[in-house]
Amino acid sequence: MTVVLDNAKPRVSTPPTDANHCYHCGEPCEDERIVSDGKAFCCTGCKTVYEILSENKLDTFYALEATPGKTLRAKANADYAFLDQPEVVQKLVDYEDDQLIKVSFKLPAIHCTSCIWLIEHLYKIDEGVLKSTVNFLAQEAHFQLNPQKITLRQLVELLDKIGYAPQLQMEQLTQGGAVVKDRTFSYQMGVAGFAFGNIMLLSFPEYLGLEESAFQRWFGYLNIVLSIPVLVFSAKSYWQSAWNSLRQGQWNIDVPISLGIAVLFLRSVYEIVSETGAGYLDSLAGLVFFLLIGRWFQLRTYNHLSFERNYQSYFPIAVLRWQDGIFASATLDTLRVGDLVRIQHNGLVPADGVLEAGTAQLDYSFVTGEAVPIEKKAGDRVFAGGRQVGGQIDVRLNKAVSQSYLTELWNDEAFQKNYVPGSSVLLNRIGRFFTPVVLTVAIFTLGYWWPIDHRIAMHAFSAVLIIACPCALALSVPFTLGNALRLLGKMGVYIKHTHVIESLHDVDTIVFDKTGTLTSTEQVKDIQYLGDALSVEVQQYIKSVVAQSSHPISRLLAGLWPDVAVLPVSQFEEFAGKGIRASVAGQEVKIGSAGFVQPHPASPGTWVKVEGTCYGPFVVRHSFREGIANLLKEWSQQYDLYLLSGDNSAARTELAQYFPDAHLHFDQSPHDKLEFIKSLQAAGKRVMMIGDGLNDAGALQQSEVGMVVTEDVNNFTPACDIILSSRQFADLPKVMKYQVNTIYLVYAAFGLAFIYNVVGLSYAVQGLLSPLIAAILMPLSSITIAVFGLLGSNYLFTKIGSDKSHLN
Amino acid sequence: MKIIFVLIIVSLIVALGFLGAFLWAVKSGQYDDDYTPSVRMLFDDEEAKNNNK
Repeated sequence: MTVVLDNAKPRVSTPPTDANHCYHCGEPCEDERIVSDGKAFCCTGCKTVYEILSENKLDTFYALEATPGKTLRAKANADYAFLDQPEVVQKLVDYEDDQLIKVSFKLPAIHCTSCIWLIEHLYKIDEGVLKSTVNFLAQEAHFQLNPQKITLRQLVELLDKIGYAPQLQMEQLTQGGAVVKDRTFSYQMGVAGFAFGNIMLLSFPEYLGLEESAFQRWFGYLNIVLSIPVLVFSAKSYWQSAWNSLRQGQWNIDVPISLGIAVLFLRSVYEIVSETGAGYLDSLAGLVFFLLIGRWFQLRTYNHLSFERNYQSYFPIAVLRWQDGIFASATLDTLRVGDLVRIQHNGLVPADGVLEAGTAQLDYSFVTGEAVPIEKKAGDRVFAGGRQVGGQIDVRLNKAVSQSYLTELWNDEAFQKNYVPGSSVLLNRIGRFFTPVVLTVAIFTLGYWWPIDHRIAMHAFSAVLIIACPCALALSVPFTLGNALRLLGKMGVYIKHTHVIESLHDVDTIVFDKTGTLTSTEQVKDIQYLGDALSVEVQQYIKSVVAQSSHPISRLLAGLWPDVAVLPVSQFEEFAGKGIRASVAGQEVKIGSAGFVQPHPASPGTWVKVEGTCYGPFVVRHSFREGIANLLKEWSQQYDLYLLSGDNSAARTELAQYFPDAHLHFDQSPHDKLEFIKSLQAAGKRVMMIGDGLNDAGALQQSEVGMVVTEDVNNFTPACDIILSSRQFADLPKVMKYQVNTIYLVYAAFGLAFIYNVVGLSYAVQGLLSPLIAAILMPLSSITIAVFGLLGSNYLFTKIGSDKSHLN
Repeated sequence: MKIIFVLIIVSLIVALGFLGAFLWAVKSGQYDDDYTPSVRMLFDDEEAKNNNK
């Protein structure tokens, strides 16, 4: 099995000798090129890592894989002062005493062999690290530290420095400690497999028709002893599930399974004790073993992804709070109403409050869906979740973190939805009629034989219940859909559970979010001019001025007219958060926000003023993802499409070609989105929501299927059913088609399983079912169904994948 | 043929031993991560490498 951890951007390995690519991360050295030790680096961060590693004789890092690092160009300086507080440390570590600290971190930067090597050789850099072990698939590292030599803060700072900053979010404060892994399932499988093998062995005399009665009796009793752990321990979850469903007055698929197991055991014990036969205990153990294998196959999911995240995994673990005359690091759970917090560039506003100092440029695109950062001045209210872009701001909190406008969404009942693992809608639908049919056949058989021979009647009756046990049927879903799930995961479509594929089959309505979902937040943005036509002179003036500035909007403006020449600029002045003033060819040129340039009428966007005449506005637009047009066109024929955007209606005209006008909704709050999904469901629609941010969290949770599109699957994604890597967005129709086809495959597997059942039943009703036939038929049917599901789903996948070049 | 009884008991004990080994392996976390060890074993021995330089 080749393991590929999705890191959103496919890395093209470049030879480390290339002078124009960073030796550490392999990115091209575009803006900066630092040479050290004869090697080129794209930024000081990468160079620092190289220096630390070579100082500590850790060069193997670069030998194992070419350019194994990740660029540190965009690395922000993180403050880990909060890790000095004992109560925080206590919440993070798994174990702590004077001599030893055990702690586990998720390091999202882990992506290759070199990473494993480096993290596991951390003791070479700092001898306080006693042991470090990486779990690659989970992107986790476990550390054992000597607290006399290294503190937790120093460890985290070291990791941060070499480019493996641990993921530290608010949720770690509330979870607390190490999660104890539930390994019961593995034990159950082990016991069932053990019993299966040994019972088969002891049944050999029976298979071969040997008449050595002394052994047979003794073997029979041994078999009973061996099968008891299977019955009580391994099959436990089936009893529980069947009992739960019976108590609710339903017949799920586990009812006939449990019935079959029970009858198998009772009949076998009766045969062995009364010395009338050898029983079917081998079939019993095999059946449970196969069922567990199927479940195991279904449950193997993505270790490094979390489908259950809420706002607590979005917020940081600590912020700077004004305390005793200084801004000191404080964890989020200790924040109270009235606290003054300082937020640096790229920091998140942790709770609702009032801006006290500084000019805020808050990017709410992830929280509300508004594409353009909002400017706030001292005295304005700010809401939790906004990301500050620019200088630092001070905010006086007037709500607790959990009571904020944004986080209140999680109090909605949609988040109380209970998720029952292991139940398949499709299978239970079959179970509902399967059980009555089996019971009818069994009673009919009993009624037919009873007047002829009581013994044969009981024999046939129990044989029907045994052979009808829908083991093969129950295996069709885990093997077919479980395999489909894994294949899609390789493509970058991560599905939480096989149920999701079943629910997708029923979806008839698809609701999109705009910002971050249909549009990309990472791709190059467009800037659009909405005013009257500009003369070449004005274009020249604008281009000349913006060419001097590194502001993102200036750079977009500078690229607007490639053929226009640049003039010399004098008296250039930049006002942070407002705009630029300069003089070009004796003319005063002002470029900036409406407040700075003061046009009439004022509207959002960027304005230009040349000697008293205003032009504008220029509006920044997120560009739509590639393949959107095809996707929407294709789906509009099969599904009802809706758009819910938290943004203003600027993109209405553009979107109107894909969505019916009445289906476009703008300025939607997170609650509006949730309510909208509820109203669709109330109208009998089955909804799939495709979103990306916290503002979609409610809608994602409420809808039948919630899909999150993300640029980097390691980034925060709200709780959902499917995580889609944005590269795969254009292929969504194919993915949907594949999922629908696999459901048909499951139906075909059902058909196959029924054939086996009918063949078996034809023996059973005649009272001819021998342990040998049962022992052959049961594994045979299970294995054919498993193989059928695996091959079928693979075949369908190659069919959709054949025209895809980037499929690994 | 009495020896069969002894053999069966011996074989069962051996099998139980393997079951015990499996349960212990699961309990000690050996099945928690089934990928990283396969990479780890391929790392070269550090000391030897540094001496060569």
